[in-house]
Amino acid sequence: MSLKKVHDKQPETFEFTKENLELANNILKKYPEGRKKSAVMPLLYLAQNQNDNWIPLAALKYIGKFLSMPYVNVYEVATFYTMYNLAPVGKYFVQVCTTSPCLLRGANEIVKVCQDKISENKETISKNGLCSWTEVECLGACVNAPMIQINNDYYEDLDKNSMEKIVDSLTENKPLKPGSYRGRKSSAPEKNENKINGTNNA
Amino acid sequence: MPKIIINDKEIEFENGMTVLQACELAGFEIPRFCYHERLSIAGNCRMCLVEMEKSPKPIASCAMPATDGMNIKTNTSMVEKARKGVMEFLLANHPLDCPVCDQGGECDLQDQSLYYGFDKSRFKENKREVKDKYMGPLIKTIMTRCIHCTRCVRFATEVGGVTELGAIGRGENMEITTYLEKSMESELSANVIDLCPVGALTSKPYAFEARPWELKKTETIDVMDSVGSNIRVDTYGWEVKRILPRLNNNINEEWISDKTRYACDGLLKQRLDKPYKRENGKLVESTWDEIINIVCSKIKETEKNLVAAHVGDMQSMETINSFKSLLDSIGVNNYDFREKPFYINPENKINYIFNTSIKGIEESDCIVLVGSNPRHEATMVNARIRKNFVNKKTSILSFGNPGDLTYDYTIVGNTTEDIKKFVNKQNKASEIFLKSKKPIIIIGESALELESGQFILESIKKFLLDNNFINEKWNAFNILIQNASSIGAIDIGFLKISKKNNFEFFNKLNNHQFSLLYLVGSDNLDFTKKDEFIIYQGSHGDRTAQIADIILPSPAFTEQNGLFINLEGRLQKSIKSTYPPGVAKEDWRIFNLISRHLNNQDLFKNFKELRDNTLKKIKDHSDFDVLPKTKISQENSEIGSFTNESVLIKAIDYYFSNSIARSSKTMSDCRAARSKNLKNQTGT
Repeated sequence: MSLKKVHDKQPETFEFTKENLELANNILKKYPEGRKKSAVMPLLYLAQNQNDNWIPLAALKYIGKFLSMPYVNVYEVATFYTMYNLAPVGKYFVQVCTTSPCLLRGANEIVKVCQDKISENKETISKNGLCSWTEVECLGACVNAPMIQINNDYYEDLDKNSMEKIVDSLTENKPLKPGSYRGRKSSAPEKNENKINGTNNA
Repeated sequence: MPKIIINDKEIEFENGMTVLQACELAGFEIPRFCYHERLSIAGNCRMCLVEMEKSPKPIASCAMPATDGMNIKTNTSMVEKARKGVMEFLLANHPLDCPVCDQGGECDLQDQSLYYGFDKSRFKENKREVKDKYMGPLIKTIMTRCIHCTRCVRFATEVGGVTELGAIGRGENMEITTYLEKSMESELSANVIDLCPVGALTSKPYAFEARPWELKKTETIDVMDSVGSNIRVDTYGWEVKRILPRLNNNINEEWISDKTRYACDGLLKQRLDKPYKRENGKLVESTWDEIINIVCSKIKETEKNLVAAHVGDMQSMETINSFKSLLDSIGVNNYDFREKPFYINPENKINYIFNTSIKGIEESDCIVLVGSNPRHEATMVNARIRKNFVNKKTSILSFGNPGDLTYDYTIVGNTTEDIKKFVNKQNKASEIFLKSKKPIIIIGESALELESGQFILESIKKFLLDNNFINEKWNAFNILIQNASSIGAIDIGFLKISKKNNFEFFNKLNNHQFSLLYLVGSDNLDFTKKDEFIIYQGSHGDRTAQIADIILPSPAFTEQNGLFINLEGRLQKSIKSTYPPGVAKEDWRIFNLISRHLNNQDLFKNFKELRDNTLKKIKDHSDFDVLPKTKISQENSEIGSFTNESVLIKAIDYYFSNSIARSSKTMSDCRAARSKNLKNQTGT
C-alpha cells in the first residue's frame, strides 16, 4: 500500500441527497452530545456510497462542516482507512485479498488475472471504464480462500478459471452471482456439508 | 507524598506525575522525541523506554503514570538495548543528510543518536522518500526527515488553536501535512520549528544562513507588542540572523509570535544610517554637526508652544526619559506617546496596566473582553486565554466582535449601551460575571478610543471596586495596551493631559496648530502633514521618514540597551545585541548633543546616570522581572459622558503593525499568504 492520492479532477460541490441526509441525521442520533465527531466514519461511508464508490474533497469538507470538525481531521480519517476511495473506481470494484491464507491458496493467480484482464496497475480503471481492482488486506473469509470482493459481494473459493469467468462477466456488464465457486454452501465443509465429525446435527 | 525508587534512589513525587517526570526529578535524563511538557502525551516515539520491576517488557515512561512503590531502572543493559533498537528503527528511514540540514548542531536526533544510538545500521532496503509539503512562508519542510513524533500536530491543535496540521495515511506511509497544503493560519505557527526534534520543519527565512555555533547569542526582550516576550537574538557580525524564544513562565512560556520571530529581517532593510535634510523637496545626506545646527536653530526660532513632540511604539524608557528631560529643559509643553486618541487615566498605576498578570489569566473563571482583539493585539496573552479555555472551558464574553480568536466566546453586546447595562447589572452578562469567583475584564484600546472611552474605563473600574473584584488578592481590572513603550511612557509622564481634556495633543495636532514636530520613532502616528516642520529621529525609513524635513538616524531596539515595562507592569532589560549601521547614534546621545548646543550642558553624563534617573521615575517600582506593587485607591475620577455607539474593534494589520515589520520581506510574504487564504475562503 502506498499513500492514497487525491484525484486531480474533483467535483465542485457535494451534498447529501434527501434520503442520505435523513440517514446521516439518524446516524448522528447514535452518538451522545459532544461526541458527534465520532460519526465521521459512517458519514464518509455514506458519502462514498452516494458518489459512485469514491469520496471527493468536497465531501470531506461537507462532512467537516456537518460535524463541525476541522477538515484536516476528516482528511486524516479518510486517508487512514483503506476502504475509503479518494479517487474514482470502476462500476465494478474488485478487491483481491492477498493476506497470508488467501496468498497460500493462490491469490497471486487471481491478481495475475486482474492484471491481464482489467488493467496492468491496480487502482486504474479498465479500458472500457467498467472495472478497477486493488489488493486489500484480510476480508475475513479465510475459510473460503482465495476470495475477492466486488462492490458489496464476496466471491469465494476461486481459482484461475473461475476468476477469468467472473472478470469476463464484469467486462460484459453482466456480473455472475456471488458466493462459492466450488459449490460450497457458505463456509460449510465441502463434502457431507451437514456433518461435523460424522454427526448429523451440525 | 508517594515514593518511587529510581535506580535505587528513593524520591518523593507529586500525584499525577509520569514516570518520565519522576526520573527528571530524581536527576536522571530520559531521551525523548514526542514528549513535551506543554503538549499532550502521545507516546509514539518509544525513545523513553525504561525498565520497571515486575514488567517483562520495557515501558514508555512518558505515558506511564508514576505510582507509589514503583521500582524503575534507567541504566540497565535492557534499557540501553531498547534505546539502541528504537534509535535504529528511527534512523532506518531518516536520511543521512546532516551536512546539508539546517537543524545540524541543535538536532535532538543527532545528539541522542550519539549518546544512546547504535553505531551502524542493519537496514539494507531502500529508504522511504516523502514529498515536501507547503506550510506557508515561514516553515520549510523536508518531510523525508520526519520521524512522526506529531509534536507539531499537537502544538497546532492545542496551543495554536488552529487544527490545520494532521497526520495522513498510516504506517510507513504516514505523512504530516496541512490540509491540502495551505499555509498555516496562526500567529504562533513558527513555534513548530522549535518543537520539531529533527530537521523536518525548519525556518524558511533562515535556511542555509548560519550554523548555530557561529552565532553570537544575546538574551533580551521583544518590543513588537506590549507583552515583552523573552527572546534570544542570534547575530552573525552585524546581521540579526534569527530570533528564538526564551523560557519565561510568567510571560510567553516558551512560545513567541511569528512577528516577534520573523520581523528581524526588517532590521537589515530600509535603515537610516546617515543624517538627512530636505532641500528643495528632496532628502540629501548631511553630517551630524550640520544637522544638529539646523535642529537647534529651528527649535530656537520657533515659539515653544508651537513645538510638539511624540515618541513611537518601540522606544525604550531611557529614550523617553532623556527626550522628556530635553523637552523640559527647553520648555516644550506638548508631547504624547499615544498613536491614536484613546482615553487613559495615569493617576494610579492600576488604571493602565494588565493587573491580573498574564499568568493570572490561567486562574480566571470568567473572561470579559471589551473592545479588544487579543489575538492580534497581544498574541501571547491570547495564547494564555486559550490555555485557560482549553483547561477549564471558561466562559468568555465579548463586547464587540473581534473575529476568530482560536477559542469559543459569546458576543454579549455590540454597543456601549450594552456595557452600560453590564455595569448597572441589568443584563445576563453581568449575572454570569458576578457569579464567578475570579473574573477578569480586558479593555482594549479600541474601546477607549470611543467617545465614551472614559465612561467605559471609569464605570467598569467603579463596578469592579463596588463588587470587590479589585482587592489585594485578585484584581480583575485589565487594560490591554498595544505598544511596548506605552506603559513606560505613562510612568515617566510623557503626556500632557488635563482632567477635562484627555486629547489636547491630538486636538492641536489635527488642527495643525503646531509648526515644529519632533517625532522619535513615531511611524504609526495618524496625522496628515500640512506645513509643519518635521524632525524625525528613528531607525527605519518608513512612513514618517518620507514626510520628514530632518532625519536623525538612531539604533533599533536590538542595537541599544534600554528598559521596557510590559503591559502587566513588569520591568525588563533589553540588551544591545548588535551595533547600528552607519553613523547612527544612540537616542540619548542625540538629545545630549542638542542640549549641549542649546543649553551648553549635557542632560546626562553617562548611560548609568540616565538609567538610575529612569528607574527613580517608575511608579510602584520594586525590582526587575517582577510585578509592580500596586496600590489600590478609591480616587474620585469622573465617570465621563456616555454616548450610545457601537463598539467597533479596529482591525490591526498584524504583519505590518510597526516600522520593522513593514520593512521585513518575511512579514510581507506572510501578509500576502494570509490575504490569499482569505480570498479562497470567501471564494468558495
